[in-house]
Amino acid sequence: MKPATEPDSPARSKVQMILRVNGESHDVAFVPHKTLLEVLREDMRLTGTKHGCELGECGTCTILVDGVPRLSCLMLGLESDGHDIRTIEGMAGACGAHPLQTAFAELGAAQCGYCTPGFLLAAEAVLARDPTPSRATLVEELGGNLCRCTGYLKIYEAIELAAARMQKGTPDA
Amino acid sequence: MRNSDEPLSPERQGLRDQLAEGYQMIGKSPIKVDAMAKVTGQTMFADDLSMPRMLHCKILRSHVAYARILSIDTSAAEALPGVIAVLTGAAMPIPFGILPVSQDEHALCLDRVRFVGDPVVAVAAVDEETAFEAIQRIHVEYEKLEPVFDPTTAIENKQEPLHDYGDDGNVHKRVSMEFGEVEEAFAAADLVLEDTMFFEGNTHLPMEQHASLAWREADGRLTIQSSTQTPHYLHKAMSKVLEMPPSRVRVIACPNGGGFGGKSDPFNHEIVVAKLALMTNRPVKIALTREEVFYCHRGRHPVLMHVKTGFRKDGSMTGMHFQSLLDGGGYGSYGVASTYYTGALQTVTYKVPAYRFDGVRCFTNKPPCGPKRGHGTPQPRFALEVQLDKAAVALGLDPADLRLRTLHPAGGITANWLQVGSMGLGPCIEKVVEASGWKDKWGKLPAGKGVGLACSSYISGAGLPIYWNAMPHSGVTVQLDRGGGVAVFCGETDIGQGSDTVLAMVVAEVLGVDLADIRLTVADTHTTPVDLGSYSSRVTVMMGHAAFQAAERAREVVARSVAKRLEVPAVRLRFAENRVFDVQDPENGMPFPKAVQVAEAEHGTIAMAGSYTPPASPGKYRGAGVGPSPAYSYSAAVVQVDVDLETGVVAVEKIWVAHDVGQSINEMLVIGQVEGGVYMGLGEALMEEMSYRSNRFGVHKIPSMLEYKSPTTHEMPPVETFLIESPDPNGPFGAKEVGQGPLLPMMPAVANAVFDAVGVRVDEVPVTPDKVLKAMQAKDKRYGPKSFPDLRITETMRVKTLEQGGDGTAPRPPRAEKQEVKSS
Ligand code: FES
Ligand code: FES
Repeated sequence: MKPATEPDSPARSKVQMILRVNGESHDVAFVPHKTLLEVLREDMRLTGTKHGCELGECGTCTILVDGVPRLSCLMLGLESDGHDIRTIEGMAGACGAHPLQTAFAELGAAQCGYCTPGFLLAAEAVLARDPTPSRATLVEELGGNLCRCTGYLKIYEAIELAAARMQKGTPDA
Repeated sequence: MRNSDEPLSPERQGLRDQLAEGYQMIGKSPIKVDAMAKVTGQTMFADDLSMPRMLHCKILRSHVAYARILSIDTSAAEALPGVIAVLTGAAMPIPFGILPVSQDEHALCLDRVRFVGDPVVAVAAVDEETAFEAIQRIHVEYEKLEPVFDPTTAIENKQEPLHDYGDDGNVHKRVSMEFGEVEEAFAAADLVLEDTMFFEGNTHLPMEQHASLAWREADGRLTIQSSTQTPHYLHKAMSKVLEMPPSRVRVIACPNGGGFGGKSDPFNHEIVVAKLALMTNRPVKIALTREEVFYCHRGRHPVLMHVKTGFRKDGSMTGMHFQSLLDGGGYGSYGVASTYYTGALQTVTYKVPAYRFDGVRCFTNKPPCGPKRGHGTPQPRFALEVQLDKAAVALGLDPADLRLRTLHPAGGITANWLQVGSMGLGPCIEKVVEASGWKDKWGKLPAGKGVGLACSSYISGAGLPIYWNAMPHSGVTVQLDRGGGVAVFCGETDIGQGSDTVLAMVVAEVLGVDLADIRLTVADTHTTPVDLGSYSSRVTVMMGHAAFQAAERAREVVARSVAKRLEVPAVRLRFAENRVFDVQDPENGMPFPKAVQVAEAEHGTIAMAGSYTPPASPGKYRGAGVGPSPAYSYSAAVVQVDVDLETGVVAVEKIWVAHDVGQSINEMLVIGQVEGGVYMGLGEALMEEMSYRSNRFGVHKIPSMLEYKSPTTHEMPPVETFLIESPDPNGPFGAKEVGQGPLLPMMPAVANAVFDAVGVRVDEVPVTPDKVLKAMQAKDKRYGPKSFPDLRITETMRVKTLEQGGDGTAPRPPRAEKQEVKSS
């Protein structure tokens, strides 16, 4: 162990950038080689975005960039410049949860809940393109998101329930 | 409900009458108490935590499979700016391990490394990157030893043993026991089958990688928040290694982002961050990488098995001799219990009048194996259920009929002295046979298509704790607020299975309050009564009983006062919809908060505790500690496959599964567990395997999520789930387990379906396309292990069965063993 006097910290120069996250602009300073996942979680304390591999293999870190699902572990924070980032923290509005969130809760589509933010954002992107997705579409679109708890079945059911409610305009009834 | 030790007061009788009139909560599907936090990203998993002045820890792990540590030079790491502390094993010489009989791990290796990934040096630095740079500057000098990578070699004891304890050399555990006369049983059989099968190891792969954050409190206490399924055992291990009284160590288990058994051991990294926090007086966090999680492992043991069974013409068994050889990896972990489990539950599904089990677990220079969902029982279940399929074919019977004819009776005692309670396997089989159209499909589908059937059973909690003690396995405290709130405290840990919700629902049922009025404090060794942990499918049964008892005691106090105030006999009081009222005159009552106030005015603060200890098992022989449970769940499944005749690829088209859960507490969560178990079993059946490059020094072939194949949405077929409710007298409200049992039939059902589809036997898990093709090309239409080694059993403990007039003891004990095993 070292003496009680602490040595100099390593000098790591940071970049300063405006990140547009969940509809708000944030002035963030971060080490330039950090991934967007790290910037969100470590520099902005938005820990709702999870990680399962940090190698682009599991989909857990899925966020929306200009509405398109992206793996935040494979993007640099710098790359988000000028883009609109959406994380799980931005999904529920002031007037309550998104219909997908309600349906996931009601049908038990979140067991441990660790994969859930990634699935919810991926599902939101699916519904934006196809408001009444077939099972085959869901299988295809969610093929990059792993879940070890549910076997995916309740996730499909929850997305279908939310889709039906959104079609009818009854968010959670 | 169990509480027979206490006389039934009128207040308690009132509760029983109320439950008999129908449940308010039990069996329904309210949303999980933590669901909204999970879907909004607010649940704080261990790696989501951070503190001011927090340091980051990285561990340097061995890159060699087996070596003596000659020297460690940390000077270059210490010189790196931002490095605050460097820690080696010398600072923590006290060994630990989950089982009292296998205290064989050190937080950092002392003198030897035993597998690639064994932890050697830890660094705490101001950021993760600095810590990572630092460990790369550490120089460890190793003297390589000859490693051993498979148990058939290890059992020959030609290498320097990994440990200086165990049964001999690299044999960690050797066990042999016989119940009844197996040779006589074989002589009396019309058909004797012998099969050698192999079940490859696989891992839990929880989506969350392990993480821990430890710090020293201002008053000197130590606190750790960690992704652990067993805070109580971690508490014990930390206290032991760090030499701190348990009263000054606090373990808080974070919600686990999946566990499946992979977070059930006390881990070296947990002790390391605690030690670093004490050394630096700063919070220290570690977050393992996915690669490190693969090396932490503690997953499914690879098991080579030999099973010999005698059958009569009608398909009933005369006796069975089961042998298993477990590849344990570098450390003990739960391995002694795992060894016994490979021989324990063969007897609880079908009647096995005479039974012999021989098991050996060897140490090898690979990541340690331990408990994964099903702990030690999926491997023998695979062998048994595939062999039954072969027996049915040989005897000209339908595999479903064969099983239905040989079911173990409910309430009976097995040859190896396990007490069976409720037993719903018959209805499970009938359900999946009917729903799948089995009778029209088995043996009748076109080439390439097939169906397979398999069954299973699992314990609802281990009858004995991991370390011997006479205390309860679960405790719950219920405290009533004047405002009508109910505070519930329990050491249980939610790993995604929904145990928090079960806890709240049981209390809500008894007190008749809304789930929203209940607030939970869980999994914190400073504030909650002990619950042993989320393993062995024990939580619903054990915590459920403890919660019921605590809530019932609180209800009794309230009912006594309210009965007086309302001037009605207490037996007539009902607690429902946040009111307490007279069942004969429902208008005569008061809101629950008012009832609490009336009671508190009379009796003082209302805080009651409940606890649970499982009933004693009839088995008293050495080794009888593994297998007993308050209740056994049962499952049956039919799997339909489409096998590509050219590529050997097995596509699962549909699964029908029925599970005897006794009684659902929350039906939605029960179905979720069934589906999740089916999914995980399917992964094991078709693709998941831990494989190592033995020619490259025991390096894991595939320590990444891309290369370790697990089912994606594309591989997951539709599943039709049926719940069979045969309430068990030992379960709270009759409930039994569901977390592990439904996984077990998948592997044999897939293998049996492949046989039905293409007429070949793959006696090995996973059933991969190359094996199917090889079996199709083989003369004997089989792929699987060809031989089984001599386990070198010198003495077999002989126990008389109940039918033979035995009393559960072994009359002629073999040579004295070092220590008795009592664990799950
Ligand atoms: S953490 Fe980004 S894909 Fe796994
Ligand atoms: S809910 Fe646990 S990983 Fe998906």
